[in-house]
Amino acid sequence: MQSRTVTFHASPPRPAPVNQTNAIGWMRRNLFGGWKDTAITLVLLAILLSFVPDLIQWLFLNATYQGDDDVCRQNGGACWPFIIEKFQVLMIGVYPQDLSWRPAVSALALMGLAALTYSGRIRGVTLIAAWAILPIFALIMIGGAFGMQKVDQSVWGGLMLSIMLALVGVIVSIPLGVLLALGRHYGSPTVKVLCVTFIELLRGVPLITILFMASVMMPLFLPPELVINNLLRIQIGMILFSSAYMAEVVRGGLQAIPKGQTEASLSLGVTPARTIAFVVVPQALRHVLPPLIGRCIALFKDTSLVIIVGLLDFLGMVKGAALDTDWLGFQAEAYVFAAFVYWLICYSLSLYGRRLEQRGPSAHT
Amino acid sequence: MSAKIESNIATDETVIEMRNVNKWYGSFHVLKDINLTVAKGERIVICGPSGSGKSTMIRCINHLEEHQEGEITVNGTRLDENLKNITHIRREVGMVFQQFNLFPHMTILDNLCFAPVWARNMPRAEAEETALRYLERVGIGEQKNKYPGQLSGGQQQRVAIARALCMSPSIMLFDEPTSALDPEMIKEVLDVMIELAETGMTMLCVTHEMSFARSVADRVIFMDEGEIVEENAPAAFFDSPRMDRTQKFLSQILSH
Repeated sequence: MQSRTVTFHASPPRPAPVNQTNAIGWMRRNLFGGWKDTAITLVLLAILLSFVPDLIQWLFLNATYQGDDDVCRQNGGACWPFIIEKFQVLMIGVYPQDLSWRPAVSALALMGLAALTYSGRIRGVTLIAAWAILPIFALIMIGGAFGMQKVDQSVWGGLMLSIMLALVGVIVSIPLGVLLALGRHYGSPTVKVLCVTFIELLRGVPLITILFMASVMMPLFLPPELVINNLLRIQIGMILFSSAYMAEVVRGGLQAIPKGQTEASLSLGVTPARTIAFVVVPQALRHVLPPLIGRCIALFKDTSLVIIVGLLDFLGMVKGAALDTDWLGFQAEAYVFAAFVYWLICYSLSLYGRRLEQRGPSAHT
Repeated sequence: MSAKIESNIATDETVIEMRNVNKWYGSFHVLKDINLTVAKGERIVICGPSGSGKSTMIRCINHLEEHQEGEITVNGTRLDENLKNITHIRREVGMVFQQFNLFPHMTILDNLCFAPVWARNMPRAEAEETALRYLERVGIGEQKNKYPGQLSGGQQQRVAIARALCMSPSIMLFDEPTSALDPEMIKEVLDVMIELAETGMTMLCVTHEMSFARSVADRVIFMDEGEIVEENAPAAFFDSPRMDRTQKFLSQILSH
């Protein structure tokens, strides 16, 4: 039999089928796919129609943008001049107005560092150092030091205080949480018991209890010369509370690192401590970035609880503004604005976190 | 596969000595009275059915597994509980794993520089220079800025070999380096290993690549149920195995 060479030719690639869906096609498929879909769509549409038009009417169409409370009452809609007048007090509380550039600089530093982190321009040790320095810088700017005029903590307030509490809380509680998680995961039996006790104790009580403890009970137990100011006590309470949750999040990440990773590093002669610091922890944190961001958002919202121990954070200022006798009857605007600001910050954080996840080596695998 | 390598590189100098090594996992006796002496430059292939203790044995040499009885001496240092000794030995002994175990969060170049910088305190520039040299040698120089996840299995394993070599070890351990690879990638890894053998590196390879054993090894060790059953030069080992268990094993893996 004659042998014949058969040459293999790859068939040329064809373009993908054209996506023929337009708006109507999309709606037909997704909203009116069957009688069940149609029914659900119609019911939801009815519910939306029952309040959305009124809401828009109140928020924008009948709203007042300029004028005083009398104009607002005549128009009947939302009263935005009230928010505009109260804006500064909501942002920085009764912080001296002529020094308001200092919190502003801190806020810019925070946003700048967030942008730098996102761009990947700074990495590794520099990145960690920058985030560790940021709250110190902010505290110095806001509180005043090195010849800058001192501003007493009793006048810190508004959104500035909320962000401050959350920022310091997050930045201190993440490393603390990592240490607790490492202790629970790798520690000797004694260390393990200590870490588990701490974590379970703090996770077992509501944050409010811890804030009360920090604010009211701690001064009772501590000798008078050791009593530290209220704000710091509350900050410490929040850090401890948050670190217990962070620890559990990080522990999940530690468990996800395959044993081969530690073995590879150890087999290269890298010490166990450095193996944990450079091989295990960075990977673990990357694994748990989504729940970690979730904890940050939760902590930011939790700062609104400090109002019950006498600190005037953003929500505290909103409440105060709503009680202003010059602007009586505009509580709704104040709370809508508060909800909007909280939503804006939390959603930005969530979006930022999601973008951060998409970057980095895990995105390549 | 390349031609048979001269087998007279091995000298009399002993680099690894295992004496009456025993190990248990709970009540399961994994290593039974292991006695093994490895001379400098010797290339040893260890084979045997799965669960026979081959991996456990070589993992005892760099103390990834702890032995409970007996003595292991590497380059004159005795392995004991002393972390300093363990770390010292690990810097001398490179290891390549079945699953590559590259660090996924570091670039290829960072994977290679990591240990020299953090375990040998080598300046970064010098570490990079060494790293690039080894990457070129295993043929992946142009991939240095990629992440491990972007490389094929064969390329990852070659990077893993280069990573171990960056610590300039005097002994290399291979724990089934080709078992997780697609068939068309096995050769590229074996070629790197053969080239390494030609440089006179002391090598202990757990592998099922019998052609590699035949052409490269000075000695083939057969293990079963935690014991060294038979050891011999490759030609004798494959052509006239002495023990029944060896014959049975060889007939199973060579029949297909």
